[in-house]
Amino acid sequence: MSGTPRTYAGADSAAGPLLTVSHAHRAVLGEWVRIAAPGQPARRGQVIDVSRGATVVQVFEDTVGLAPAGTAVTLTGDIARAVVGEELLGRVFAGSGAPLDGLPPPVGSARRAAWAAPLNPVCRRKPADFIETGISAIDGMNTLVRGQKLPIFSGAGLPGLELAARVVADARTTHGEPFAVIFVAVGLTQRETQHFLQRFEASEALARSVFYLNRTGDPTIERLLAPRLALAQAEYLAFERGMQVLVVLADATNYCEALRELGAAREEIPGRRGYPGYMYTDLATIFERAGVVRGAEGSITQLPILSMPDDDITHPIPDLTGYITEGQIVLSRELDRRGVFPPIDVLPSLSRLMGAGIGAGTAPDHRRWSDQLYAVYAQGREARLTAAIVGESGLPPADRRALAFTERFEKEFIDQGDTRRTIGETLEIGWTLLETLPREDLHRIPEEAWARRAGRGAAT
Amino acid sequence: MTGARVVRAAGALVEASPLPQAALYEIVRVGRRRLLGEVIRIQGEVATVQVFEDTAGLALEEPVESTGAPLQAELGPGLLGSVLDGTGRPLSRLAEQEGNFLSTGTVATTLDRARRWEFTPSAKVGARLAAGDELGTVVENEGVVHRILVPPDVSGVLAELKAGSYSVEEEVGRLQDGTALRLLQRWPVRVPRPVARWLPADRPFVTGQRVFDFLFPVAEGGSVAVPGGFGTGKTVIEQSLAKHSMADIVVYVGCGERGNEMADVLEEFPTLEDPRTGRSLMNRTVLVVNTSNMPVAAREASVYLGLTIAEYYRDMGYRVALMADSLSRWAEALREIGSLLREMPGEEGYPTSLGNRLGKLFERAGRATALGAGGREGAVTFISALSPPGGDFSEPVTQAALRVAGALWALDASLAHQRQFPAVDWETSYSLQAADVMPWFEQHGGAEWTGLRRETFALLQRDRELREVAGLVGPDALEDQDRLILETARLLREFLIGQSAYDPADASSPVTKTWRLADTILRFHREGTAALAGGGTMATVDVGGVRRTLSALRASPEGTPT
Ligand SMILES: Nc1ncnc2c1ncn2[C@@H]1O[C@H](COP(=O)(O)OP(=O)(O)O)[C@@H](O)[C@H]1O
Ligand SMILES: [Mg+2]
Repeated sequence: MSGTPRTYAGADSAAGPLLTVSHAHRAVLGEWVRIAAPGQPARRGQVIDVSRGATVVQVFEDTVGLAPAGTAVTLTGDIARAVVGEELLGRVFAGSGAPLDGLPPPVGSARRAAWAAPLNPVCRRKPADFIETGISAIDGMNTLVRGQKLPIFSGAGLPGLELAARVVADARTTHGEPFAVIFVAVGLTQRETQHFLQRFEASEALARSVFYLNRTGDPTIERLLAPRLALAQAEYLAFERGMQVLVVLADATNYCEALRELGAAREEIPGRRGYPGYMYTDLATIFERAGVVRGAEGSITQLPILSMPDDDITHPIPDLTGYITEGQIVLSRELDRRGVFPPIDVLPSLSRLMGAGIGAGTAPDHRRWSDQLYAVYAQGREARLTAAIVGESGLPPADRRALAFTERFEKEFIDQGDTRRTIGETLEIGWTLLETLPREDLHRIPEEAWARRAGRGAAT
Repeated sequence: MTGARVVRAAGALVEASPLPQAALYEIVRVGRRRLLGEVIRIQGEVATVQVFEDTAGLALEEPVESTGAPLQAELGPGLLGSVLDGTGRPLSRLAEQEGNFLSTGTVATTLDRARRWEFTPSAKVGARLAAGDELGTVVENEGVVHRILVPPDVSGVLAELKAGSYSVEEEVGRLQDGTALRLLQRWPVRVPRPVARWLPADRPFVTGQRVFDFLFPVAEGGSVAVPGGFGTGKTVIEQSLAKHSMADIVVYVGCGERGNEMADVLEEFPTLEDPRTGRSLMNRTVLVVNTSNMPVAAREASVYLGLTIAEYYRDMGYRVALMADSLSRWAEALREIGSLLREMPGEEGYPTSLGNRLGKLFERAGRATALGAGGREGAVTFISALSPPGGDFSEPVTQAALRVAGALWALDASLAHQRQFPAVDWETSYSLQAADVMPWFEQHGGAEWTGLRRETFALLQRDRELREVAGLVGPDALEDQDRLILETARLLREFLIGQSAYDPADASSPVTKTWRLADTILRFHREGTAALAGGGTMATVDVGGVRRTLSALRASPEGTPT
């Protein structure tokens, strides 16, 4: 839509982030609104309910100090739009889209609807290109592919953001294609944001990046806008400029809190634990904007980070996220305490698109290798629990071996500190660990696979 | 013009007035872009409409047109192989018209009007025809015979019927009273298509998944609830069944789930062979897709569209498998709309009518004799995934489904975390139809199927108890007989229940293979027990040997011993 702006003097009522105007008869659902109050910074909003009696505007900035009677409400005749373009690369914006880097606002190449239309599912291509992150627990066991949405389930004090920063700094495009990184901070503290930015400056990827920073103190409702501006930019770069785009969104939990706050302000009937019943659908309109499409070279890969409240994976935020995303990387407090980095618990972690990325993309026996590592590790973890009660000596020999394997697996495979590993190195460490066990413990690896491995060993 | 106008719009709901003649569930066109909507509440002259498309950009006072008809499915040749959105628009046609992203107000009919079909009449001119009688046939997709039937609400004497090449809207003939007969018919999606007679469900719906065929078999025309937390394998099961189950026609409803999963099906199915016909799997499949980010009202409708298409092929005498992934998203769509309507919510915010509506969905599954001469028998088997919040089955949608489903295939997150797939929790799962289909398995799988099944359950149960004890005293403290049970149960989990969807030789297991694997494991147990009783020790039991036999059996697609 693009109509003419109309300004109305005075609103009728204000409640939380909602402003009601009774005489704005020609309002349009989703219309973008400017709100001017004397002596106060400009505010923006969006029409969410129109009727003959009233037009309800959801205000994006803080409404503290807003006096309805004294405001001028302008219906812009347009919807919320994001300025997109290659020109934005290297720049830093607020969650509202306003520049934070002291430079003038970008003109951009186009203006795109922030609340974008869904991708037609038949236009998608199946994501299948392996991304080497350099992290063994991901590359080997929960492989990431281009066009995937793979969140990191973190927790208070766990290094989710650090892991994402590592992945972004280390992820390589295999054939040197153009790439870009988009970082959306949603309700992050200054310290967290700074930390992330520093990693970036070190990796020289800064010129290939766009930052949208909504900080803790910024308006809550703006948290709903920031990811959408970022994704509009991502879609432009990926599907019109052929770039491989990696979007990091942190922290999705803050986004959901904002959604809940808004729902409460609208006096909606809440769903589970006070979160709106439409949270699944709303989150899907963000996460489903990852992918690869027919007829375009580029891709959008999303690495959202979310903090599990109280480390509870069944909390509605991680739960609904896990139902939408293509797997999850789950961080473990226990591994973190033991100083393991990255502290990834591979058992609840999953990459649903792993099958497409491995094999031809990595090594022919990758699937069996990882199945086997999973099997022994799961057995060892269970043995560890039993051993805690009956002592290690009460375990049958195979369980004892699995337990010993599990200790080494966590120390030598999962824990990699600052090192970046190639997929070849990751696979080799896994094989070496498996070879500490007798063949009779390794049912998932068939003879041919051992033969292939022996062949390679002999050749090198 | 003084027609109806938009008097309120918020989210997916629009109020239109005056619409004094509106009927519930009538389709209306909303606004200048003519968005598709459905009347769901009427108060005086004001009709509340749920809109199946994005309402952003809609203005007050835009016109609203009534159509006088409810949401209908277009039924006829050309459905197979197509990919429809929740309201029946073919997504590939939308892509041609509007590009990669879905816009609003685009009109596209389910069936291609330009495509022509070779019609072969079978009814005789002068014959008195009733609902469901066959008029003739069209070969739909290399080999699938599409029976053109007299629509359920039509009857009379056939005046004219001609062979030839027709588009779906052209008249192929007429009745004496002038009623035109076409390849195309329409049916309101929320109304079950009538049948002559419901039949007992005593034939198995063979899935090719051992854990289901052997432990929790269901009947053709049965209904199954498949609940599980995220990542427990619901979608892999739905897709495996869509590929390998013994069905003539598959209708797959992707309801509020991932776009990439649909891309996966669309890329994979055309390359796969239907094991029974050798033709592309896509030829027997209809996809109805309303992903999580598409409008919720259309998501709600998608399940009804899928059911209607399934019933239509059932009426031709086909065995139809209907997959819904996931019915929880359908229920959530109801909840979203209910909350916009400010309805008094029931448990967890779901409408109080949830149980009733869900029951009606499940009631549409079944085996039946179709209307019409010839007594064609067909079935709709309904396999429905459920996504309980936090993986907790006590929530309202799972509970409502369990009240009506004929079987429960419960998926367990801890098994999935250990990569034990399919992650079926055998203690919680059940099938109410198992006894009815046992005779078939005895006949086609192997004798003593029932006995082996009972023995398997007993061993798994005993294993569970022993593992609890072992967790307290240490497995080393167990007797040899008990250790043999642990060993056997491990084989059952690994070789019988376990089945990788990614192993081409084992993704589908013929019933003879299933039987042979079960028989081999249980025989190992019986012989081991005898040996131990005769004074042997665990060290003399050849676990390695039976493992090798089982591995070889599993690696052979037909399960033939080498
Ligand atoms: N039968 C199976 N064989 C092998 N892997 C499986 C099987 N079932 C599930 N998986 C694994 O589990 C993952 C999640 O399964 P999926 O069906 O997508 O879960 P859900 O739909 O319950 O969220 C898959 O990506 C796959 O890696
Ligand atoms: Mg699924």
